[in-house]
Amino acid sequence: MRIALFVTCLGDVLFPDVGKATVAVLEGLGHEVVFPAEQTCCGQMHTNTGYQHDAVGLVRHHVEVFEQALADGCEAVVAPSGSCAGSVRHQHAMLARRAGNEALATRAEVVAARTYELSELLVDVLGVTDVGASYPHRVTYHPTCHSLRMLRVGDRPLQLLRHVRGIDLVELPAADSCCGFGGTFSVKNADTSTAMLADKMTAVLGTGAEVVTAGDASCLMHIGGGLSRLRTGVRPVHLAEILASRS
Amino acid sequence: MTTDNAHQAARDVVLARLRGALGDDPTVPTVPRTYRREGAYAAGSPELVDLLVDRLEDYRATVARTGADDREIGVAVAEALAAQGVRDAIAAPGVPADWLHGIPEHRLDDGSATPRQLDRTGAVVTGSAVAVAETGTIVLDGGPLCGRRAITLVPDTHVVVVRVADVVQTVPEALGRLDPTRPLTFVSGPSATSDIELSRVEGVHGPRTLVVVLAG
Amino acid sequence: MSTFLGMPRGRVPGPPADPAVGQLTGDRPFPAAARSALGNSRLRANLAHATSTIRAKRAAVVEEVPDWEALREAGSAIKAATMARLPELLEQLEANVVARGGQVHWARDAAEANAVVTDLVRTTGADEVVKVKSMATAEIGLNEALEAAGITALETDLAELIVQLAGDKPSHILVPAIHRGRAEIREIFAQRMPGVDTGALTDEPAVLAAAARAHLREAFLRARVAVSGANFAVADTGTLTVVESEGNGRMCLTLPQTLITVMGVEKVVPTWSDLEVFLQLLPRSSTGERMNPYTSTWTGVTPGDGPSEFHLVLLDNGRSRALADEAGRSALHCIRCSACLNVCPVYERTGGHAYGSVYPGPIGAVLTPQLTGLTGGDDPNDSLPYASSLCGACYDVCPVKINIPELLVQLRAEHTEAHAEKHRLPTPEAAAMRAAAWVMRDADRFAAAGRAATVARRGIRKGKPVLPLPPPLNGWTASRDVPAPPAETFRDWWSRTRGARS
Repeated sequence: MRIALFVTCLGDVLFPDVGKATVAVLEGLGHEVVFPAEQTCCGQMHTNTGYQHDAVGLVRHHVEVFEQALADGCEAVVAPSGSCAGSVRHQHAMLARRAGNEALATRAEVVAARTYELSELLVDVLGVTDVGASYPHRVTYHPTCHSLRMLRVGDRPLQLLRHVRGIDLVELPAADSCCGFGGTFSVKNADTSTAMLADKMTAVLGTGAEVVTAGDASCLMHIGGGLSRLRTGVRPVHLAEILASRS
Repeated sequence: MTTDNAHQAARDVVLARLRGALGDDPTVPTVPRTYRREGAYAAGSPELVDLLVDRLEDYRATVARTGADDREIGVAVAEALAAQGVRDAIAAPGVPADWLHGIPEHRLDDGSATPRQLDRTGAVVTGSAVAVAETGTIVLDGGPLCGRRAITLVPDTHVVVVRVADVVQTVPEALGRLDPTRPLTFVSGPSATSDIELSRVEGVHGPRTLVVVLAG
Repeated sequence: MSTFLGMPRGRVPGPPADPAVGQLTGDRPFPAAARSALGNSRLRANLAHATSTIRAKRAAVVEEVPDWEALREAGSAIKAATMARLPELLEQLEANVVARGGQVHWARDAAEANAVVTDLVRTTGADEVVKVKSMATAEIGLNEALEAAGITALETDLAELIVQLAGDKPSHILVPAIHRGRAEIREIFAQRMPGVDTGALTDEPAVLAAAARAHLREAFLRARVAVSGANFAVADTGTLTVVESEGNGRMCLTLPQTLITVMGVEKVVPTWSDLEVFLQLLPRSSTGERMNPYTSTWTGVTPGDGPSEFHLVLLDNGRSRALADEAGRSALHCIRCSACLNVCPVYERTGGHAYGSVYPGPIGAVLTPQLTGLTGGDDPNDSLPYASSLCGACYDVCPVKINIPELLVQLRAEHTEAHAEKHRLPTPEAAAMRAAAWVMRDADRFAAAGRAATVARRGIRKGKPVLPLPPPLNGWTASRDVPAPPAETFRDWWSRTRGARS
């Protein structure tokens, strides 16, 4: 299958290893990955911070880029991010519609229908739960809010992780509780965000895991930023990176 | 007192605002009624009676089972009150005399007892209109068997007789049997509160003891 | 109001509620109020304990209902249908209440509702009323208004009693004293409850409940006037409904001669059979019980049974403003169960006082600013739509499926646009967002910005920027390290390694 990678703005600029790992996993399964070079950002930060007019411009850009990719033979768009895939699927058409652009909304719906978060693509579309990974570490998994409650990925990431060789997967207590990131929430309400992060870190540390994983680089940046500040020695590693690992 | 003019003005303004807020063409969605409006079991089924007992005991109500005969009901009522150490009771006006024969002091409510007099009354005995097995709810409808609301509220013990035939499975079935123009009281266990640390405690202002006599 | 998104021509919003009357606005924006709350260790412990208890109870009793999702769908649709027909349903309700011997009053705002109730009480000659817990009367500040008129309002719900005795404010829709633990409640009772036997008073919830029973018994027996709210009002029968647990509601609804019920106009439902949905959704979502101990329904007055005089006060107070927004009006669907508060990670840590309004938590963050309006400035209620990480837990548990995260996002847009409308210069944030959007609309500009970030990586050492960040960005670095940008962006890696192929 030819798959278009939406690497996300954060993945492009701050976490390129997540995109590289996503490419490696999909190519390892024999699929063709293309990277539409015109892509930028889904606009979620603008949308969720109250700048819908600015976001609509980004929605239009995103739709143009990925409808071209679909026209060029891609059958799916994959994002290694539940939050960005969630924005594409649950916000893009709505934003266009609120801006009075019904035509853009319809086009956004076409792109949204073909857009998947990585674990969805692997399990639902490609029918794979064992990607041949090997990762001999003690790992706990944090289900990010948008993957859990917007996309309803359920236990797909865990299905994938359970098939990783050598992994010691430990359950995270109160896993479905938000880490406190929430985009600009972590800046506008930094104190409350920190209180939520503290509880998430306590839960992570309680598992004795050396690695905390998730399907969103943003939430991992948040959890990892707190774990690093406290010098806990627990590393944030994106789900894609574990699935690409052959150690 | 608000003058009629002021009253009318407020009414007109609020209604006009609401109409203005809705604009010209509010669409009214159709309500999907795909939830269960009937249970799997017919009213009075043994399964429902068992379920009702389970729910009532979960609320810490006391449940007594007895036959359908009024004399048998009276024995169960008397035993329940004796077990509570209660000697006197008021009863809803339509309660059969046979339900009360074993209570040392009892009278039928004639509507004259004041709240203070009711507060000095040990117990109240009533029938019920319908009961919901799934939720452990007994409904009083203000009719002759259930009485006016004050009598089932102020005395500290309420003995309520539920006829097995009146036990339905679901809330919708119960509402379908009730007349909404009557004052209704849905009772699910003794009075309770969750206001302290969200932990349930039985016994606040309503009757602290609820005895359910399941008859039939 | 041209900035109000989702408001096509033809819909005219009513006026906002006056934040100076009643309790719809706090004295500081949410972040500042939250900061104080977060530092209160006792509050944090009380909240964590209470919310985790109720979450588990709710989950267990919802789990056992096989048609829960169908009930939610029905509940949502009934509410949407109600809003679309609100004026005619209210007129139908009024006609049926009057036909059964009740009187109906209308109130444009909090001040008018308070005046109506005060006049009604004065007419009876009573100088004291007993009250059933009611969000509407808390919203309009009725107790304070009655007090100013020389009328004592006795709260009879246990949690409201705790709040009233302590001179406190409610912090939760269902359990206004959720921020208090049993030991604190014992202290409040020991110090403030007249005639309480302090020697026998322990901090056992059963003992505290018994003390409240003894304290209020006499008040119930002597009461001539009661004031209540309503959970539902059935238009086609004129039936009012109060859902409660303790029996204090029954006392108020049954024993006094006069009953005054204050109800937001959105509480009406079309038909009697609609109650079959809400009487299943509400208790399981609210107290986590299969059914609450007592639900009372009454229609007008019933000779020989209960009050001989019944007044229904229908309250607007900003509701006709919220109704005008096609999306935002779903906040009016709320049945005040408080499930969203109990699952909210923000509420769990800050408690309800930080929101400033009697409606705290996720639903408060969308309902309050819709009732009072957003100024686009720094008013406390302008901060409420941002008091959420948009985690979506509230939407999952809402029994009437209010999409709270989506409404929050919408209100954030309304806030920034209200600011833009009133100011010639954009805020620094708006300017930064506009600049970021300009960069991100074009891949070349974005690629260049990404490359700049990789250069800037030397500006971060050991997780901290070499130069301190200005507010608000320093809120992040106060407790979290910043990732150093990589040496090469993904797109540069791609074009370097595979450029020929793409």
